[in-house]
Order: sequence, then structure tokens, then C-alpha cells
Amino acid sequence: MSLRNIGIVYRKELTDSLRDRRTLISMIVVPLLLFPILTVGFGYLAVELVGKARQETPKVMVLGGEDSPKLLAALRALRTIRIVTPSPDYADQISDKKIRAAVEIPKGFEAALERGETPTVHIYMYEGEIKSAFGAERLEKFFRRLRDQTVHEQLASRNLPDSLLKPFEIEQKNVASPEKVWGAIFGGVIGYMVILLCMTGAMYPAIDLTAGEKERGTMETILCSPVARTHLVMGKFLMVLTASLATAVLSVLSMAVSFLGMGKLGAMGAKHGSVQMTLHAQGVLAVFFMTLPITVLFSAALLTIALFAKSYREAQSYLTPMTILVVIPAVASMLPGVELNAKLALVPILSTSLVSKEIITGTYHWNYIVLIFASSCVYAAAAMFLAVKMFQREDVLFRT
Amino acid sequence: MIEALQLTKVFHDKKRGEIRAVDDVSFCCQPGQIYGLLGANGAGKTTTLRLLATILEPTDGTARVAGYDVVTQSAQVRASVGFLSTATALYGRLSAQEMVEYFGRLYGLDEATLHRRIDEVFTRLEMNGFRDRRCDKLSTGMKQKVSIARTLVHDPPVMIFDEPTVGLDVMTARAIVGFIRECREHGKTVVFSTHVMSEAEKLCDTIGIIHNGRILAEGSLAELRQRYGEQELEEIFVHVVGE
Repeated sequence: MSLRNIGIVYRKELTDSLRDRRTLISMIVVPLLLFPILTVGFGYLAVELVGKARQETPKVMVLGGEDSPKLLAALRALRTIRIVTPSPDYADQISDKKIRAAVEIPKGFEAALERGETPTVHIYMYEGEIKSAFGAERLEKFFRRLRDQTVHEQLASRNLPDSLLKPFEIEQKNVASPEKVWGAIFGGVIGYMVILLCMTGAMYPAIDLTAGEKERGTMETILCSPVARTHLVMGKFLMVLTASLATAVLSVLSMAVSFLGMGKLGAMGAKHGSVQMTLHAQGVLAVFFMTLPITVLFSAALLTIALFAKSYREAQSYLTPMTILVVIPAVASMLPGVELNAKLALVPILSTSLVSKEIITGTYHWNYIVLIFASSCVYAAAAMFLAVKMFQREDVLFRT
Repeated sequence: MIEALQLTKVFHDKKRGEIRAVDDVSFCCQPGQIYGLLGANGAGKTTTLRLLATILEPTDGTARVAGYDVVTQSAQVRASVGFLSTATALYGRLSAQEMVEYFGRLYGLDEATLHRRIDEVFTRLEMNGFRDRRCDKLSTGMKQKVSIARTLVHDPPVMIFDEPTVGLDVMTARAIVGFIRECREHGKTVVFSTHVMSEAEKLCDTIGIIHNGRILAEGSLAELRQRYGEQELEEIFVHVVGE
């Protein structure tokens, strides 16, 4: 193994790649911009939009209730809603977002209450539409208060205390540390994003250094130099790995800065109440360490697949489905209930994503960590072996 | 010296089955001589030269290039050869000097020798005016000079040219032909392939007519004229290939 030759190839590929705009964008610009845009940008935007939606006074239709004048008067006095003229096409109007919600008051509502019956009030809304949900929420709040008031009055008339209907209170209390709470919410996303960016960072140099060389006609030029093909593939592999690691480092840095920025903007506070953001350097370093064999696996696998292609475009068509292969296990790790076990520890990508989630919450299952790191190393070594083998194949190198 | 000994290369194609691109090819070229492989497109010229340059491995037979065996000593063979073809492009994002430096280092030159050689070659080829310019910004003629500098930087005893003038304008093609001749004058062993009859007539000490992977006729231009009773190489070629 000639380290000198590997070094020469690596240095040249690094110089070459740093002059390639596509590689620079995927390696530096995307990880630096993605997290601020995703967190600060989208977070701020979401808070702004939700805030605006909350400030809007929703148009609401009241159906029926002519025989319940007190209720109608109370509804009309509400400042949080705007009542519009009732119409039989209320469902269409809600669907068309002309009004936000409608409430149907049953016939003889007030009389039924006095008789001690339990009439049902229907609230109509557009599920999944935030402004409609706010409209419906305000109506529901009004009727809950009315119900509580009715209960209170009925109990008072019988000289009974309110506690009769509420003999005890129930309260949930969090015992997990803020770090764990934060990790449970964002841990999965962090592992997923780092893994995905490691792959996208490796993708362009992998294509450029293989199919790109074939397309530009430099593959034959380099093959007629005395450098051994193993050294050539190792030099190229190191460059792709550098790009992948650079993307990972920059994405982690950008992520840390983004979350700090997000905390400062107070967007988190608005969205998640008392959740305190804590991201320890130790956890970040551990996640980074766990993604190392995955970056080796990506770099070698992408290099192998891209080498098979005749052109840049063909390589892209091979590697795009690869992104889905990476996204599926990474997303699976974020599904509720998917937790690390001995079997899942052997599934590449998924295991790294799951362990990253745990590490972010401050949980270190050392047996799983060793198993995941070792199994990922085995997969990475297999991918490296395949890459070296592929570079020996004439039918692949000269595929036209 | 180059000595091809029953070189054979078989490719397997899903649709066409077994293809014998080079079939039992033997020839010899001494230092200070030019051996020309003359053949139509698909005759097996490029594959033969790729076998000699160890870019491809023979299915059968072997060759000795500068005293090294192409099968068992491929790295030494590549270190002794300068290989130039229109398919050997340049790294567009490297400058002319970086391109030549890269190959010089891969050929094992130490930094002092490398820079001395680069200065020599760049001066000889009049390349100093664009040595720091990126290869993708160079004209075709300049690119061709950089390719020549790449093949010369390690001063190899053997030069292999695969259709080096295809697609080039008259002036650049003339410069290449002059360069091939110069290589012979410097005592290098030169093998080149072409389908341009006039080039073969002008340059070659020995011509091998290759067709369907086999060398059908070989000799100096005078010998071929005498053997086939034709004056024009084109007529000789048609005569040989048509047989």
C-alpha cells in the first residue's frame, strides 16, 4: 500500500473538488443554510403564522337557537367571534373557508336545560385547517364555560358543593431532565438530519470522481499512469469521505448555532412551553463519532454505484433512489414506539439514527453502542471492499 | 522496445456474445522506430494499444514493454510509457502546470526533478504563457500541448499514440505528427494507431494492417508495395482487408 500515491490522488481530488461549484454547495452551503432555515426560519414563520391566525376574529354561523334567547345574546356578546347570518350551505362555506365554523343549537335548548335533560350542541369545522380549529375552539370554550356555570348553578340550588363532581385532581408531572425532554422531541430529527446530510455531502463528489471522470474522458488518462487502482480508489474514497465528514461537522455546528438562535428568538418557548433546550458538546461529539462508520459506508457505497454509471446524469438516476433507502430507516427511527434493541442494532442507518436519539437524551447503552459501531464498521468495510473490486473491473471502468 | 506476443482480448457482450477484439496479435518495435497500426474503426487498434499500456489486461498472450511484462509488471510498464489519445482528456479544473505536476508525482518523480522536467518540457513546447491557466479555459491546441507534456514529464522510453490527430485541426495535427517524429529522433520506441493513410505513409517504419482484431499484413511501406503490387497505401489496405 503506497500512502504516498494515495496522498497524491487525495490532494489532487481535494483541489479539484474545492473548485467544483456543485460539490461546494452540497458540502458547505447546504449544511450551513439548511438548519437555520429549518429551525429559525420555519420556526419563526410558524409562530408568526399561528400568532396571526389566533389574532383573527373567526366568522362563525349560529344555526337555530331562536327559542334560547339568553344563549344567543351571550354568543352575540362574545368578542372573540364574529357571527354571520345563518345559511343552509354552512358546510360548503366552512369547506370554502368563507366562514371558520358553525354551531347548531338544538330546539328548546334552554328549556331542556331547565328540565335537567342533556341536549347536544354540534360544532361544525374543517379538520386540519388551523383557522377553522381556532374558531371551533372558541365556540367549544364558550359552551364548556356555559356547562360549568350550569352545573355550578344546579349544585348551588341544591346546596351542594362544586367538589361533588370533582372529588380529586389529576396532574401529570415530568420527572425527566430538560435534556431528556428536549432529546425525546428533537433527538430523532438530529440523527436523521446528520445522516441525510452526510449522504448528500458525499453524493456529488462521488459522482464527480467516477462517472464525471468517465464523462469528461479523464478516467483513461489516470488509468494510464502507474498509480495502482487500489491507491486510486483509496484516494478518491478519502476525498468523498472528507466531503461527507465536512458536511456532518458543518451541519452539527450549524444545528447548534440554529438552536441557540431559536432559543433566543423565543420561538421554542411559544411552541413548546417550558421545554428547555440543552445540547451538550459531549452528546454532539458522541453522535458524530457514531456516524463515522456510516459516512465511510456512504462514501464507499456511493463511489461504487456511481462508478458503474457512464455519465453524471446516469449516476444521479442511480443515487437518487439511494436517498430514499437512507431516508426510510432514518424516518423509521423517529416513529413513536421504535426503540433500540439487539435486532435493530444490526440494521445499518436505523441503528445509528436510534442511538443518536438516545445519546442526545443523555442515555448511553454501551452494549448497543459497541454493537452498532462494530456492525456499522463491518458494513463500511464490505462497501470499501466492493468499491476496490469495482475499480478492478474493466467492464465497469470502460462501460460505454 | 515493444514486443507483443500473441496478444488476445475477448469481451463478453450480452447481445453479441463473445467478441475477440484482439486476436493473436504479435509484432515488434525497436527503439528509434515507429510502428503504425493501420485499421478501420472497430478493427482492434485501441484495444491493442490499451493492452500495451496495461489499461486493459489480455485474455491470452502477453507483451513486453521496455523490458517489463504487461501482465505481471503492469505498474513498471505504465511508468515506462507515455500514452496519448484523443480519449485521454485533461482535468478541466486544474491548471496546465498542476495537471502535469500531478502525473509527474504519480510517475514517482521527486519534487526537484519534477520541477526541472516541467520547466524543460514547458519551454520546449512553448507552454510558459499558459502554465497557470485552467485546462478548461485552453484552446484545443494548448490542451494538446498539455497532454503531450503529461506524456513526456517522466521522459519515458516508450510512446503509445492512439489516433492522436482525430478531430484536430490541420495545424494541431501537424504539430502532433512533428512531435511523434521527434520522439523517434530521441530514440524512443513509438507505436501509434491511425486510419489516416497519409499519416501512416509519412511516419511509420513498419505498418501493421489490422482487421477484425488480427494483423493481416505487416512490413515497411516499401515491402508492402512490393508484396501487393500497389503504390498507394490505401490500395494496399483495401487489397489486404478485402482478401
